[in-house]
Amino acid sequence: MSGYRYLLNRLGWAVLTILFVIVLNFFLFRILPGDPARAGIRDPRLTREAVEAIRVRFGLDRPVINCFESLNPLRFGDCAVNPLQTQFFIYISNLLRGEFGFSYHSNRPVIDLLVERLGNTVLLIGAGEILAILIGLTIGVIAAWKVRTPVDYSALVSSLVAWSLPTFWLGIILLFIGSREFNLPIGGKATPGGGFTSSWEYYRDIGRHMILPTLTFTIVFVGEYMLIMRSTMIEVLSEDFILTAKAKGLRAFQTLKNHALRNSMLPMVTIIALNLGFIVAGAIQIETVFSWPGIGQLIYEAVGRRDYPVLQGAFMIIAVSVIFANLAADLLYSVLDPRVRAE
Amino acid sequence: MQGSPEFTTLRGLWRHMARNKLGLVGLGMLVLAVLTAVFAPAIAPYDPYAPVKITIDDIYAAPSQTHLLGTDDAGKDVLSNFVYGSRVSLIVGFFASFISIFIGGLIGIVAGFYGGWTETILMRFTDIMLVIPDLPLAVVLVALTKPSLLNIIFVIGIIGWTGTARLVRSQTLSVKERKFVLRARAIGAGRPYIVRRHILPMVLPLMVANTVLVISLAILEESTLSFLGLSDPTVVSWGQMLNYAFTRGAMSAGAWWALVPPGFGIVWVVLGCTLLGHGMEQVLNPRLETHHLAVGKGMVARRKETAAQ
Repeated sequence: MSGYRYLLNRLGWAVLTILFVIVLNFFLFRILPGDPARAGIRDPRLTREAVEAIRVRFGLDRPVINCFESLNPLRFGDCAVNPLQTQFFIYISNLLRGEFGFSYHSNRPVIDLLVERLGNTVLLIGAGEILAILIGLTIGVIAAWKVRTPVDYSALVSSLVAWSLPTFWLGIILLFIGSREFNLPIGGKATPGGGFTSSWEYYRDIGRHMILPTLTFTIVFVGEYMLIMRSTMIEVLSEDFILTAKAKGLRAFQTLKNHALRNSMLPMVTIIALNLGFIVAGAIQIETVFSWPGIGQLIYEAVGRRDYPVLQGAFMIIAVSVIFANLAADLLYSVLDPRVRAE
Repeated sequence: MQGSPEFTTLRGLWRHMARNKLGLVGLGMLVLAVLTAVFAPAIAPYDPYAPVKITIDDIYAAPSQTHLLGTDDAGKDVLSNFVYGSRVSLIVGFFASFISIFIGGLIGIVAGFYGGWTETILMRFTDIMLVIPDLPLAVVLVALTKPSLLNIIFVIGIIGWTGTARLVRSQTLSVKERKFVLRARAIGAGRPYIVRRHILPMVLPLMVANTVLVISLAILEESTLSFLGLSDPTVVSWGQMLNYAFTRGAMSAGAWWALVPPGFGIVWVVLGCTLLGHGMEQVLNPRLETHHLAVGKGMVARRKETAAQ
């Protein structure tokens, strides 16, 4: 496959996956029992007219899609209805215009809520992910080099333990210790009403708030990166060209740095991309524990309030980001290792 | 991916497992957890479902003679909740992973064995599902349905099959080309027969090793959902205990006894699965044990003596 065709192929699959998510996102919220109409208007004090007005406001009085008046309870309807007037097409056209509807709780546009929190999540994930990758890969390389020594075994066991820790629990424990013993902030992004005299002070405050969440994130993901790096590295170090390098008289460190490391970095690109789903899961838990104002905390709040438009929008934006990140990793990999294009 | 033939029976898997220390430790941890869950009523000092009369002093009471691990936000005994909580984790872990393994195994074997368009469609669908992040999808599904134990099991089960499907497919592909399968086809064995008698027994040990890891993921996912407030309110679970403790002031009360034990339980079970799974993986997929730069004995890489028995 030429580079151009490979690009188109990957791009096509990414678009198809996004379409699948869009359709799934629409029908899930209409097939499953907790449909938006009933959840958003649970208040028994509302009059019948008010309920109807809310249904009209959120477009829930329209047929779901041609031939179906509603999906739960299942009611068939007019197949000849103008498709552009159905909930499905209004949903699609709204999406195309970047409209995710309004929050049931705050009545603000969902897209505004998402945009103001996305940056915070990226900041948190970015810091934790970079640290986890750097530390995990370093320990992995050392463990592989010193294979079957106490260094290797202790790295292996502690990585397995780190992998088994529930992210939210580790966060709770670190928060408990950090806030009591080290006087670190108990949550949020910055001290409310901090009265900062300079932007430097403000950033320092954010930094202090980030210590514990970043530490949690790093510990949880270091284990996995270490395990994968270790096994990849052991395989590379068993190849014949390493023996050749050794025979040439290269020092172990030189062989490691110039020959083994480059070859074992490749699989990591894919692993890191595939890991994004877990990273998102980690972000939801960490933001909940540390009240970090990101997408994850938004999801937590939306679940508690049964705020479906927000939940729907957050799911959409997370899925699309993960899909694009995977696409980017695929393309990056094909640049680094042109062999994969000839699959 | 292929070990020597003896790994391909469950008994062969066990024989080799018995020599893997970390794997055995994991197995022991799991056995202990299962025993705790089964004999919970005999072990727990109190019944977590019995109503109790409490005073203000019983809320987050520190560990004492009457309550070895103190009490929680509702004045209930933490140790009893902890013991009973093991049941939910293990039940969800077991049944959810059973669903995942069944779906993943079916898709993997059908895709690997039949090939062609069937394979393309099934594996493309798997790829799509693989990319969609699990936890947000599970949160949405459980929030929309009612968070009952059954729903949670079902949601975790139908989300977590993608890894298994890919693994089983690749194993099926390699078994399909083995000589004895080709011979069976040559003498006219039907496809269902080949799948039942040749493919399945050789894919099974790999699926067992995979099951253990799927169980650990399911348990982590269940506890996370519970922590986020999506737990069955009628049964005590570790994630739910942590949710109540965290949202109802255990942090400010300094009640570490309400926060540490449930998490410890989750780590115990998940680590047990991880160690066991890691051990089985080493047996089924003997990686190199050493390499050219290793120091000490066996300085030049040599494959682990897999045939030695």
